[in-house]
Amino acid sequence: MSLDAVRSRAEEALRGVYTGVEEGKGFVAFRVPAERVVEAAEALKSAGFDHVKSVTAVDRPKEGVIEVTYHVSSYSDPELARGIVGITVSLPRDNPRMPSLSRIWVSAEFQEREVFEFFGVVFEGHPDLRPILLIPPLAEKHPLRKDFIVKEEQVYKGGITKLEQPP
Amino acid sequence: MSTLRSREARAGPPEEGRLYVGNLDAAARRARELLLGKMKLGKLVDWGTAFSLWPVHFTTSCCGCEFAATWSPRFDAERYGALPWLSPRQTNLIVIEGTVTKKMGCALRLVWEQMPHPKFAIAMGACALDGGIFYNSYNIVRPWEVVPVDVFIPGCPPRPEALARAIVELQRLIREKGVASKWIEEGEREDKPAPIPKEDLCSWWRG
Amino acid sequence: MSSPGELKLSGWEVGETRKLPGMDVKKIGKDLYEIFIGPQHPGSGHMRIIVRLDGDVMVEVDPDLGYVHRTMEKLAEGRSFIKVIPLVERMAILDACNITLPYVEAVEKLMDIEPPERAKYLRVLLCEINRIASHLYGMGIFGVFLGHSTMYMWPFGDREVFVELAERLTGARLTHSYPVPGGVRRDVPEGFTDDLRKAVRYMRKRLEEYRKIFLDNPVIRARLEGVGVIPRNLAIELGIVGPNLRASGVEYDVRMVEPYEAYGELDFEVPVFEEGDALARAWVRVEEIKQSLRILEQVADKLDKMPREGFMHDKFWAKAPKLYKDVYSREGRVKLMPLFANLKVPAGKAFARAEAGRGEIVYYVESEGKFTPYRVRVVSPSFRNAIVFKYIAPGHRLMDLPAIYGSIDYFPPEADR
Repeated sequence: MSLDAVRSRAEEALRGVYTGVEEGKGFVAFRVPAERVVEAAEALKSAGFDHVKSVTAVDRPKEGVIEVTYHVSSYSDPELARGIVGITVSLPRDNPRMPSLSRIWVSAEFQEREVFEFFGVVFEGHPDLRPILLIPPLAEKHPLRKDFIVKEEQVYKGGITKLEQPP
Repeated sequence: MSTLRSREARAGPPEEGRLYVGNLDAAARRARELLLGKMKLGKLVDWGTAFSLWPVHFTTSCCGCEFAATWSPRFDAERYGALPWLSPRQTNLIVIEGTVTKKMGCALRLVWEQMPHPKFAIAMGACALDGGIFYNSYNIVRPWEVVPVDVFIPGCPPRPEALARAIVELQRLIREKGVASKWIEEGEREDKPAPIPKEDLCSWWRG
Repeated sequence: MSSPGELKLSGWEVGETRKLPGMDVKKIGKDLYEIFIGPQHPGSGHMRIIVRLDGDVMVEVDPDLGYVHRTMEKLAEGRSFIKVIPLVERMAILDACNITLPYVEAVEKLMDIEPPERAKYLRVLLCEINRIASHLYGMGIFGVFLGHSTMYMWPFGDREVFVELAERLTGARLTHSYPVPGGVRRDVPEGFTDDLRKAVRYMRKRLEEYRKIFLDNPVIRARLEGVGVIPRNLAIELGIVGPNLRASGVEYDVRMVEPYEAYGELDFEVPVFEEGDALARAWVRVEEIKQSLRILEQVADKLDKMPREGFMHDKFWAKAPKLYKDVYSREGRVKLMPLFANLKVPAGKAFARAEAGRGEIVYYVESEGKFTPYRVRVVSPSFRNAIVFKYIAPGHRLMDLPAIYGSIDYFPPEADR
């Protein structure tokens, strides 16, 4: 079974839910509105896509959105395992909220926590939404957003958590 | 007492300037004279500390791979009298293996404070010197701002030979500069810059 | 000072924290304790595990990661494409080629180039050397966790054979940065394949001895059998990867499902065990080393037969200065070409995956057509395996935690990135 077949299986499962298709190299992503993402995830799961490989978030300040893509694939179905399918949700940058999919895919649980601290995306219904990698004062700054700029040098000015950056 | 005297009489008087392995009484007396009679107690402390360095099992980053390899059969750093040990309460050396993140910085300080005096630190790898490849990361601290570091090892990662060399170098520092005995007398390291206050490092710590 | 009348010997109050060697213990209810293990703990590992205990049975386990989070994804956005390779390599320097390979593949997908045949074999060569070294490292650390000193000493000693081979091939013990877009950095040195065959023969013999002293050791079997069992459906649900997944009866290996580089042309098997316990996870690693040795032999034969040319894509090699070509034809090695310093990658999004020593690693690379990537997303095998602590460890006794921790071969720098 070729990659096209994986794609058509996913397309069939998501029929009527997705609003656009995005061709990437090595994956295909279906654009889904945020309010229907649970429906889309359930459809994909019952079609055999049983785990999440990556919860990929990309900040696009020019368009004012944060895009969250769930890259999913399959362990139980060796044919689906050959391809990677994504469902993409666009969220407004000032108040990014979306329903959590970790009830459907348990494998997304830690990665959603990661996206929460790095981008500030709130996953409603997540069982345990806390920062996972960063210390709490840093997690509030959402460092992977594009407006968090990494300067070349840093100096200590009292208070490690409020590490100052020279102009 | 009488048996002792008779045994010594059989062995004859000890020869000057030599330690006898077979004659325990003579050897012990000779060693006591050598160590205590002519040597200051501080020197004895330095001599003893130099050959019993116990690094704590505290791996901060990826240089830990080479740290583990240093005690493996090929490099065998145990022959320098150093062996990684479990509890910070029973160790006197901390090897900072690479990057120290902000989260780890607090843990590093807590481990350091639990170790008994005299204690030493070796900073391993370019990241422990000044950030290395992660020099502009927002989540790192410089290890020398957290604990007073005695020996720095450059490299990314340093080879196991370099770490073994650093242990020998630390032994030399202890014996030549009397670091261990000075520490006992003074209680603090005046020669090192003041580290970041603990409240700053650990303001967020839970547990 | 309290008078003797007020003195009460109440024992441990609920909510009180006490400091014990190596850990803080808090009583959170009657007979219910919260223990913070790490980040300084007897095994080698830079993570904290928060365990809630009823007596000595774990009822809730909360892995506290992030002690080695060095912000690679953010730093990658500010560095040129070629400089991201040594950056992401620091995730797991003991498995450097496998870890960086999917990033290089993703960049190649964006540039729409494919490395030449010989470069593919050279990449597989270092990948398998790394995989063996990584599994031996994992087994050595497992030995430390279990207090089995011989199992620390033997694999770490034997690992040096493969580290030495990698050093001869690339010039660095651990940080190889070997695959670059379009090919690899250098060709094999003279006489390398003979030494490789010697190492393969040696390792085969040693694996048999490992079985006798470790895997079939009654003490070890008593500690590992039936501990940390991950049933097949749970393994799929949790999305764990690598040898841990294959020890639970799932036949999934990226080298098989989506053959990258030269894996499609090589003959090897994927070992799968059904038990899903800690012993099965140890067995998978040993069996995988055997398969890697098989691959190495085939690669050595293939490299000997091939003409010694074409380790880099023609598009780049054509632009190389003449001096470089002369040196390559004479010595088989060459410096990294200057054109990589300003490598512009066409705009697009690419997703690539590979089977690293600890499991599947995936990269998502997005380019805007500039010198630096717009976004690099890495999901490392250890990060996906970390969920095992939360869902598998509860129900076991606290003293089984080292066996579970060691058996999943969790490597914190890789998980935290």
